[in-house]
Formats: sequence, structure tokens, C-alpha cells
Amino acid sequence: MIQNREKFLTNVASRLSRTTVQTEKPVRNWKFRPQDKTLINKTPDELVSILRDQCRLIHTDLIETTAQDLQNVLEETVASYGDGPLAIWKDPRYGEFGLQEQIEKWPTQGIAVHEWDPSLGYDNVAITEKANIGITFSDITLAESGTVVLFSGEGKGRSVSLLPHKYIALIPKSTIVPRMTQAAQQISKQVQEGKAIASCINFITGPSNSADIEMNLVVGVHGPVKAAYIVIEDR
Amino acid sequence: MAMKIGNEKFKDNVNKQMEDTFMRGAVAGAQERLRTRRLDAAEELGNWEEWRSHGEEIRQHTLDNLDYYLQELSENLQKRGGHVFFAATAEEANDYVKGIVKEKRAKKILKAKSMVTEEIGLNDVLQQEGCDVIETDLGEYILQLDEHDPPSHIVTPALHKNKEQIKDVFTEKLEYKLTSKPEELALHAREKLREEFLQADIGITGCNFAIAESGSVGLVTNEGNAGMVSDLPDTQICVMGMERIVPTFEEFEVLVGLLTRSAVGQKLTSYITALTGPRTAEEVDGPSEFHLVIVDNGRSGILGTEFQSVLQCIRCAACINVCPVYRHIGGHSYNSIYPGPIGAVLTPLLGGYDDFKELPYASTLCGACTDACPVKIPLHTLLHQHRQVIVEREGRAPISEKLAMKAFGLGASSNQLYAAGSKMANSVMKPFTKDETISKGPGPLKAWTEIRDFPAPNKERFRDWFKQHDKERDDA
Repeated sequence: MIQNREKFLTNVASRLSRTTVQTEKPVRNWKFRPQDKTLINKTPDELVSILRDQCRLIHTDLIETTAQDLQNVLEETVASYGDGPLAIWKDPRYGEFGLQEQIEKWPTQGIAVHEWDPSLGYDNVAITEKANIGITFSDITLAESGTVVLFSGEGKGRSVSLLPHKYIALIPKSTIVPRMTQAAQQISKQVQEGKAIASCINFITGPSNSADIEMNLVVGVHGPVKAAYIVIEDR
Repeated sequence: MAMKIGNEKFKDNVNKQMEDTFMRGAVAGAQERLRTRRLDAAEELGNWEEWRSHGEEIRQHTLDNLDYYLQELSENLQKRGGHVFFAATAEEANDYVKGIVKEKRAKKILKAKSMVTEEIGLNDVLQQEGCDVIETDLGEYILQLDEHDPPSHIVTPALHKNKEQIKDVFTEKLEYKLTSKPEELALHAREKLREEFLQADIGITGCNFAIAESGSVGLVTNEGNAGMVSDLPDTQICVMGMERIVPTFEEFEVLVGLLTRSAVGQKLTSYITALTGPRTAEEVDGPSEFHLVIVDNGRSGILGTEFQSVLQCIRCAACINVCPVYRHIGGHSYNSIYPGPIGAVLTPLLGGYDDFKELPYASTLCGACTDACPVKIPLHTLLHQHRQVIVEREGRAPISEKLAMKAFGLGASSNQLYAAGSKMANSVMKPFTKDETISKGPGPLKAWTEIRDFPAPNKERFRDWFKQHDKERDDA
């Protein structure tokens, strides 16, 4: 429902010296496009190197591995973060990257794993809130800022990256782009093609933090207090 | 709290604030750090001037076509199942939110930091309805616990408080038993607020930038509180100032990058969230109901005037962080939730000259604000413009300025009077003069000499010197 629009916008239009609300899409004719020459022509390895440097600034552990070693690396990282309970998405990529075995192994070691299950409704949130570590894949990864971009969806609850005490992002190397410019272009393209974008797109850059008390940086406020990125060589 | 944060006079506020030595030290230190971080971030990005120019042209284009983009935004959000309410005034916005609260029988409302909800005084309205309204940004949470102390900075609202004061507030209100270490204080707030997040009925956020092409609302935080507020409660309400909008995700990206670099020197903050309507049928977290309230509250009156460019503002506070006046008098002196140079321009436009006519004079017109602004708002020119309007159109220059101008006009119009005045200056000022400077000046000089010394009038007048010099030359 839209309320009070006509009067409101007619007033705006008249302030802009128009008699009616304009209905024709304005032409965007930018004189400046600095984003077209920022961090372009980088190889995938160069992008990983930029990401690595940035992770030092954002208090995030960066681990690089191959698809083959991923299972061991993830098991070790989880252990170093104090094990379970774990919360993960329901996402075919865990299987594609050979993690199904590990997901089944954890419970046998007494480490609980909650896989997001839409049929459980809001209980997912309550369980995820109690988790020690949330683990998701990154949909797009921004090298410059050290950001993982997550699209919410059926098996991809927003809570998994937000509510647990720690967070691990799995980053297939092919998801890495130079900066937010490229992610914005991808999303905008979806919109222009008439596809529905995710109801929640999260750009997450390291653990949560605040400098509200005497400008001292405190890492870990409402979201996770620690974060790790695992970059997977997938080609 | 509405935009105006007190009833004291500007001068009394300044006098009081000038005595707060912790605040003045904290402000100076914060300004220094934030300014340095911004400059480092700008240098690292490269082509900063070009980015600023791009930011400026995006903001100008959007304002020039605001009717179109607001129409597009509302259409697209409606397609995604969201509700849009256009509010011409603060009252209309508050009444709409109040209506939702009543309908939901909501008791607990969580908020993420939002300047526009402060501006319209939403919290007071909801509290009068019997709701528990909880601010979740750490700085805002501290202020709220401390009997609603007003914010003094638009990015770090509790800047004027030290950690001992914060510890005392926590001890009194939250049964806190630990030390004044920021880590321990923040952890305690995390635990307390986590309980609240899980019980909230409604989440209310502001909006950094809405995205017209998709009907999305973009939120920028570091703490992750906006994520919590928009993820957990079943009903979400976003309140946006009507100018906070961009055409597409591509412009969103540019402005977010300018905002985070200019505000805190980060390439991006920890959480940037683009929300598009309520959760979909397949999802289980996120709100089932999504409302967007678009607020005018005086903004349309600025459109199409010589002050339109102030609406380009992206609320980064870079101007505040470089302002020498803010550095001395702190945020509360401005008597508005919008302090510093941007506040001195915006507050009189939204709140009128009756209450805020002093603010455009709280500036040295040094132009540091204009240089710092990432979207190139000519802030010091607008401050000057305000003064012109106050004097020429409103006919209400400050009395001291009127008297001084009148006296100067009188003195300068008569040769004898001017000569007599300039001859007398030295002897009149003599009782106040020591070592060629005046430390305790009388009358209009008092305000100046309270802060710094004023040079004593020269014993030898320029006219006399010139006459003598001329004579010597002729003699030679």
C-alpha cells in the first residue's frame, strides 16, 4: 500500500518548477566515472593478495587452501574457534566443495551442527542464536574492502552470519571481484533484467566493532566477535 | 527529543560547554583522529577529487529529479510487498508509526541509530504510548541510559562522555560490576541488548540511502545492530528523510564508499545491508511486514532555493570533524541534533531563524568544511548566504553587529569623527592594555579576549605615520 503520495510528490515537483510529477526516466549522464579506473586489470592472484592485506586491517583471519584440503582446514579453524555448536546454511555448495562428510562427522564428535531448515520456521533463529560459530559461503567477495556479500534466500538465513559468537566465511576464489563497484553492477543487472533480488543483501566486512567509547576500537559488539575467511582455490 | 535539544540561549550553552574540559579534549582528539583517517582513506583510494565530483553530480542529479525517484522507489517497494507512507510533517510520520504500534499491540521496540527519527521526536511519541523503546547503537544506548542525554556528534553520538562516566551510568542502570575498560563495557551492552533483540515486537531503522531501481533501503553500521533490528522483529519500519535516495545500486556503491571513508576512514564499514521489502515466502527470518516512511518535514521548502545543495548531505560528519568552532564549543552548544557546519546550515532551514539565528554566525568562514565535504556542498558559502538572508530579508542582524555597523557608518561618514575616533583609540584602550596586548577587553571585545588576546591599537596612527613619512621624503 502506498499512502499520501500524490500530494507529497506534486509539492516536490512544484518546488522543482514542474507542474506535474515527471514520469519519464531521467538520463544519467555522468561526467566523472572514477570507479572505471580503480583496481582494474587485476589477476585472480593479485585480488587474493589485496584481500589478504585488507584482512589484517579488519581483524579477520585469512586462510588460503585448495578444494582438496578444505575439509581439514575447516575442521582446524572450527577447533581453533572453540568448536560447536555450529550453524550453517542449507546450501548445495557445501556438497560441491566436499564438505558433506565433515558436516556428518562433527555430530559424531559431539559437535552439534544446525543446518538451516525452513520447515522449522522461527526455531532456526533460536538455535542459531545459541551457536558458537556460523559458517556460510560468500556469494560475491570484494578484495579491496575485505567484504563478503551474502544474498538471503530459502536455505540462507540472515541470522547465520549475524547471531553466532564467531563467523567463518567460505570464499571460492572465483567469487572475488576487485571492489563494491562490480558487486553493485551485478545486482543492478539483475534488477534491469527483471529478476527479483534477495530481500536482504548483506555486505559484511570482518567482525562487528564500535568506537563509541572514547574512540577506542572494540572488536565484537552486536554481531560476531571474531571472523575468519577461508579462500578456496576452486579452479 | 526533537531536533532542538534544549531551551538555553546559544551564548549560555557555549559558556557552559567551554568549561567542560574533558569534552573539549575529547572533541579535539576525536577530530584529529577522524580527520587523519579520512585523509589516509582518500589518499589510498586515489583520484579523491574525481570521486568527490562524482558524488556531487549524483546527489545533484537525484535532487533535481527527486519526484521521479521517490515515485520509482515507492512503486518498486510496493511490488515487493512493502508499505510506503509519505509524511509531509513530523506529526504525520509519528502518527503513522503510532498506528502500526497500536495495531500490533507492540510493547518492545528496538531502534538502530537514526538522525531523522531524532529529528521528528519519534521516541517520545512511542514512549507516551507506553512502549519500551531501546536504542541499540552503543553510543545511543549509553545516552539513552543516561536520562536521554542528547547526542553531540552525528556519527559518534556519545563523544562528549568519558569511560568513567559511562561506567557510572552502567553501574547505576544495569547493575554493572566491572571496570571502565571499553571492551568490558561493550561486552556488557552486547549481553543486555541481545536479550532485548530476541524479545522485540518492532524494529525501527533510519535509511542511509534508498535505492529507487529496486525499492531497497540501504543501512550502514559497524556494530551489526541494524542487522539485528531488521532481522529479528516481525515488523520493520524504516524512516527516511526524503532526500536520502539514489537511482541505482551503482550510485549506492559510490556514495557508500564516500560515506564510510569520510565518516570513519574505513573502505566499508562492517555491515552494509540492502533490504528489499519483507522476507519472501521461502524465508523464515527477517520481518513479515515492512514499512517505509518517507519524511519531508521542511525539506521540500529547501528544494529550488539557494540552499538546495545542503540536501546533498550524506551525514558523514567530515565537516564537523574539521571545524575549528565545533572543536571549541562542542556539539551541545548548537542546541540541535545536527551540530557543526552542516548543522549550522541545516538547522535554521528546518527549525527556523527564531530559535537558530545564531548558528550561521558560529563559523569563521574558513572553508575547511567545504574542502572536507565528500559531495562538495559549499558549506561556508551557505553559512554566508544565511547571514545575508538574516540581515537583508529578515532584517535581524545580531544587535552587536547592528550597533557596530551603525557606529562605523556614522564614524566613517564624517572625516572629523573618524579622525577623532582613531586618535582616541589608543588612550581609550589604555586601561585594558598590557605589553601591547589586551587580555580583558570591554564591551564587544569581551567575547574575543576571553579566548585570546587582542593587539592594542597602535600608538602611532597610520595617518600620522604617513604624514610624517611623506614629509621626510619631501625633505630628502
